[in-house]
This record gives sequence, C-alpha cells and structure tokens, in this order.
Amino acid sequence: MNTLPQQLANGLLLGSMYGLIAIGYTMVYGIVQLINFAHGEIFMTGAFGALTVYLYILPDGTTLAVAVPLMLIGGAIVAVLIAVGAERFAYRPLRGAPRLAPLITAIGLSLALQELVRNFYPGADRARAFPGLDATHDIGSVTIKDADIFLVVAAIVCMSGLAWFVRKSRTGRAMQATAQDPDTAQLMGIDTNRIIVIAFAIGGFFAAVAAVAYGLKYGSIDYRMGFLMGLKAFTAAVLGGIGNIYGAMLGGIVLGVAETLASAYIDGIPGMDKLGGQSWANVWAFVLLILVLLFRPQGLLGERVADRA
Amino acid sequence: MTTLLEVEDLRVAYGKIEAVKGISFKVEAGQVVTLIGTNGAGKTTTLRTLSGLLKPSSGKITFEGQPLNGVAAHKIVALGLAHSPEGRHIFPRLTIEDNLRLGAFLRKDKEGIEKDIQRAYDLFSILGERRKQAAGTLSGGEQQMLAMGRALMSQPKLLMLDEPSMGLSPIMMQKIMSTIVELKSQGTTILLVEQNAQAALSLADQGHVMEVGNIVLSGTGQDLLHDESVRKAYLGED
Repeated sequence: MNTLPQQLANGLLLGSMYGLIAIGYTMVYGIVQLINFAHGEIFMTGAFGALTVYLYILPDGTTLAVAVPLMLIGGAIVAVLIAVGAERFAYRPLRGAPRLAPLITAIGLSLALQELVRNFYPGADRARAFPGLDATHDIGSVTIKDADIFLVVAAIVCMSGLAWFVRKSRTGRAMQATAQDPDTAQLMGIDTNRIIVIAFAIGGFFAAVAAVAYGLKYGSIDYRMGFLMGLKAFTAAVLGGIGNIYGAMLGGIVLGVAETLASAYIDGIPGMDKLGGQSWANVWAFVLLILVLLFRPQGLLGERVADRA
Repeated sequence: MTTLLEVEDLRVAYGKIEAVKGISFKVEAGQVVTLIGTNGAGKTTTLRTLSGLLKPSSGKITFEGQPLNGVAAHKIVALGLAHSPEGRHIFPRLTIEDNLRLGAFLRKDKEGIEKDIQRAYDLFSILGERRKQAAGTLSGGEQQMLAMGRALMSQPKLLMLDEPSMGLSPIMMQKIMSTIVELKSQGTTILLVEQNAQAALSLADQGHVMEVGNIVLSGTGQDLLHDESVRKAYLGED
C-alpha cells in the first residue's frame, strides 16, 4: 500500500495545500514586507466558515456535490473578511511603525482568533467533524480520495488564475509595481492601499480553499489547525523565495514531498532507524528549511538582492 | 497666460528638521520653470510634496485653481500632474512596455494609450527596440528616458522632472536636454529640478535658486544665467 508512488502522491497533495496557504504569506510579504503570522488562523476560520454553511445554513441531507461549492463560498467570505479586516484595523495603523510592532500584533491576532473560535463556536473546544469526501479511486498503485481530486483541481485552477491575474491584468501589473516600488506606484496613480487590501483578500481566499480541502480530506477541523499548517506554509513560502508566488507553490510541493518521503523512508538508513515515521515529519520539514536558508538564503526562486534595486 | 501651479509659503519638515522653509513660486501654462541649487537645498522635497508623497507642514499648493493640500498622491496624478522622480525609479522587473503602461494607469482610452506608447518609442527609439526587456537591464540614461516616457503616458498638464541628467554621460545628458526642449516646443509645461544649472537655465523660461530650504533668487532663465552670483556659485566661475 505505501509504495513510493503513493508516498509521492501523498507528498504532492500535502504540498499543494501548503502552497495554497503559502500564497497568502508571500503576497502580503511581497507588497508590505509584513509576515502575517495570523494567516494560519485565517485558514482555520475559513474551515469554520465552510462548516457553518454545511451545518447551519444548508438543509440536512444536501449532497456534497451541491454543498462543497457553497461551503467554499462561505469559507472564502469568512477568511477574506477576516484577512481584510486584519489589514484595515490591525496592520494599517502600524504601517511605518518599527517592524516588531506588526509582528507582535500578528501573533496577538492569531491567539485572539483561536480563542474566539474555541470559546464561541459551538463545540469548537474539541475537534469538530467535517464532511469528508472519502470515496477512493485507484490509479495504478496509487489510491486517492475524492477530497484529493478536489484539492488538486482547486490548486491548479487557483494558481493558474493567480498567475494570469498578476501578469496580465491591469490590477496585477499595479500589484507588481507596488511590490517593486510603492512610492513610485503612487506616482502612477495606483491606490496602493487598495492593492494591499487585494493582496490580503487573495491570500484569505486561497487559505479558505486550502481549508475546505483540509476538512474534506481529514474529516475533522479544530481551532488549533492553523498553527502548524500556517507554520509549514510560511516555511514553504520562505523555501520557495518569499515574495514570489511561483516560489510559494514550488516551496509547498518540495516541502510536502520532502517531509512525506523522509518520514516514510529515512528509518531505512542505517543508524537512523529511530528517526522515521509521522512523528518526525515536522522535524524533517524544518531541517530542510534550515538547509535551504544556509545554502540559498533567498529561497529556491527568490531574486538575488542585487536585482531588487 | 494662465497659472497652472501656484505654491505659496510652502513649508515641509522631516520630523523636527525643516527641509523647505516657506517658498513661493508659480508655473504658467506652457512654461519651463526650473529649480536649481545644491544637494540638500530642498528641491526634491518640494517636488515630492507637490506630487503628494510628502505632506506639507504649512502653506498652500494650488493646481488649476484647486487646492492640493491633503490630496492623496494617486489622486494628484489624475488631476494632471506627473512626476518623474529623482533616481528614475523605473520598475526594474517589469518590461519597458509594462512600465509605460503603468504610466497610463488611470487612462481608459485604449487606442490613445497604444498611440502614446508608440510616441514614446518614437521619442526614444531604444525603448521600442527593447520593449519586452526587463527595465532593470537598461543603462542609466535609457532608464531616464523610460522614466520620462512613463511620466508622459499620463498626458500630464504639468510634467515634473527631478534631476533627469543625474549621473549621465555628457552625450546622454545632451539627449535628455534636447528632449526637454522638444517637449517644450510641443507645449508641455515642465517643472525641472536640476543640479546642472547651466543646462537647466539655458532652456528655462523662469528659474529659482534654492539654498537650504529657501528660494534666494528668482528670474528668467537668461537673467539667472548671466547673474554674477549664480555664475560664481553654480556655474563654477570665479
């Protein structure tokens, strides 16, 4: 069952999820040089937004084919509103403040969001069941779930949509200009505040897509789910080269594949027999980050500092 | 002549340090007006305040009779004031063509934009030859051409150029200065900030000499060019 192709598929799937969340870190960093450490919690609220639609809005017995798109919309609305609200009320007043101030704010915001969900969402002090898309398909020796198909399709659609938007649309060009030189972007007539809001909104939307995929795949969500997923996605963004949207996706996939393969096979190496298994997956993920930062600090696709005149 | 821009008793401070200490001047439509002076005289601060990147601590800026105080930078462009900043500030990782398109960010007339991109390529042929190249690969002089072309893309009523000749070879500088003359002959109103007083004064209708935040001398370009104190201080004569 756990053959190499299966492990690779597992890694790619996990990595796509990291990549989707990593977009939020990388776009915001690229434009305002802020690490939004509350982004993991924005992902978490997206999951609860989607669950709310399923439990409290849709009539009982709605088929998942109908429910999933509506859950996606609900999750996206919640995550985007929280992301944009965080920008407007928590980060914008601190623009121009020392860098530590927004960083501490982000950490505070992430704790606040966790506690709000834990205390006020019905039953969220424990894990809550999420409808799963568990039907399986065998492709050769690889078994995947419907939830995995949802994840892959969503990741491909979102990423190609984003790539088109950033490169070809007028707003996308304004976004690149704002990332490269915010003052001069204003001289072009670009409302840079609006661009920043759009970056947060796109990040929130992508996090919600990942959150719905997470729920459908694992069948359960909880108020702490954003912490580790957020940390991994941030790692993915740094790994790929923070500020670079393709880097975020590539970093996610590299991270997902690396940690999956490491936890599956590293105990086969003589002397490392105690270092395998799922419990070591996070260790290998962060070892990879340390290695990349040592040998390629700008990340896999990051620009050299000299290019960033 | 109609007054396009009027600056009255403008003061700008960075924290407690006042960089512009109450200057007044006018730009009439169709004129080239230049601010000259050494480094730190407050010329760039003045331009950055006019385009809304800096907030004045007091004083009045009026553009076509409309006060500009407190108007956001991106809205000032829409009123017809374009600013080509000191140090060029092209977008290095975007193509030359995308840089020009960004100059026309607020315009909706697609055909007009294509026509003006072509006009920029006619004005600076090197830009047309390299339109798909990242702007960061251009030489300093070529980047200056792009910055000017980009500023023109908004069809400004007033074009503000900050140190367009800075760091350029004499040939490149010649090219930039002759472009300014050409733009002037087409009726573009220009506010030119320069350290190269000789070049700036010889093509300006009006000139103002700035020293540590004040305008210390004003006159026509020709008057200032022949003024003894200006010749001594800025044109390197004994």
